[in-house]
Amino acid sequence: MAPTLLKIEGLTKRFGDRVAVAGCSLTIAEGEIVVIIGPSGCGKTTFLRCINRLEAPTAGSVVLRDEPIGGQMRDGRWRPFTESELASQRRRIGFVFQRFNLFNHLSALDNVAIGPHRVLGRPLAEARRIAAGQLERVFLAEHLEKRPAQLSGGQQQRVAIARCLAMTPELIGGILEEMKKLAESGMTMIVVTHEMGFAREVGDRLLFMDGGRIVEEGGARDVLAAPQNSRTQEFLRAIL
Amino acid sequence: MTLDWSIIREAIPLLAQGVVATVKISVLAIVFGTVAGFLLGLGSFSGLPPIRWFVRSYVDFVRGTPLLVQVFLVYFALPVVGINLSEFWAGVVALSFNAAGFIAEIVRANIEAIDRGQTEAARSIGMTPRQVLVFILLPQIFRPVLPPLTNELITLVKGSSLLSVISVYELTRAGQAIISVHFVPFEIYALIALYYYVLISALAWLSRALERRLHVA
Repeated sequence: MAPTLLKIEGLTKRFGDRVAVAGCSLTIAEGEIVVIIGPSGCGKTTFLRCINRLEAPTAGSVVLRDEPIGGQMRDGRWRPFTESELASQRRRIGFVFQRFNLFNHLSALDNVAIGPHRVLGRPLAEARRIAAGQLERVFLAEHLEKRPAQLSGGQQQRVAIARCLAMTPELIGGILEEMKKLAESGMTMIVVTHEMGFAREVGDRLLFMDGGRIVEEGGARDVLAAPQNSRTQEFLRAIL
Repeated sequence: MTLDWSIIREAIPLLAQGVVATVKISVLAIVFGTVAGFLLGLGSFSGLPPIRWFVRSYVDFVRGTPLLVQVFLVYFALPVVGINLSEFWAGVVALSFNAAGFIAEIVRANIEAIDRGQTEAARSIGMTPRQVLVFILLPQIFRPVLPPLTNELITLVKGSSLLSVISVYELTRAGQAIISVHFVPFEIYALIALYYYVLISALAWLSRALERRLHVA
């Protein structure tokens, strides 16, 4: 068994009275691909966003290797990090967004290069070499100078993946379809998807979420072939 | 009604001296006001509450008091605390101070209008809030900020006419001097209006040219 990369315990997120994520726990081994499915509004995206503190969880803990995300224990008390301190933790967990969120004012090349340059402090020329390499991997070598608005949706998504990979994260969370190639590279991933074909093909483990809870969990093929929980059965029947 | 053309011929070069002063004051105030306005606007996103409060109260004060009163305050109140400025520099300070408040609001509003996803993506690759502001948000407002910024700078140029009350020898004051000697208010004010119109048209033209260049880039 590969060593544990990420350990999430009792993760809860409330927005006012609404409970978006209700005490979810999850342990991910290095190189594992976890797929999360569930009806819209079930809390899967919020769960993902809480992992790298784009949302601050109301309760629960996230530990990457041995390091708690979002703060540290000091004198027996939990002290949350400031935004600037969080920044250096966030880059260890990549994130690819549903709407890609490319930087509109930068070329594809600089969208990818800005992280290595500004965050990792690499000289611009070197950062651009890294970026060009990543973009080549996702077959965008001919589009380096294009702005996001000049790229198709699929191309934008691949730039977003390259931007994420250029930071050499230890784990990637994302909501995407174009991650198949990435899956084959041995990267540890948590993927929210609506494509069951993708889930079956690349997922090692599959979580079904509903109402902020992890309702069912198991091997991706097993759950998809023979779901045990009635709500999972209902969901899969409705979308397949 | 007959116009006194000889006075007009005489006034054109006299007023031109005033125009030079108006242009000098306006250019200085545009530079200082824009720089200070951008800094204040960015300051309203500071992680330090005292900086946000300072920006908030600065903007409130500038918006809540007339420019004329601000000019008097700079000119008459600053000497009380030991700062003596010439009329010219008091005028530059007052106009810059005023414009900075409005420009700060323009900058803040335009940054807030940028899709939140840009900020989130930048945070997810490990940028600090300051890096997000400087490298991701700020570069994206330069173009949308231009039209409201131009409006504010036009207001500034027009506002420089108020400096005539503290005897800055700018365009309006130069005109008033001619009027007090020759008593031809209509001709002179018409001429003053024309001068302002040309100045402001030039400013508006510059702004449009800049906007086109930013659009292509």
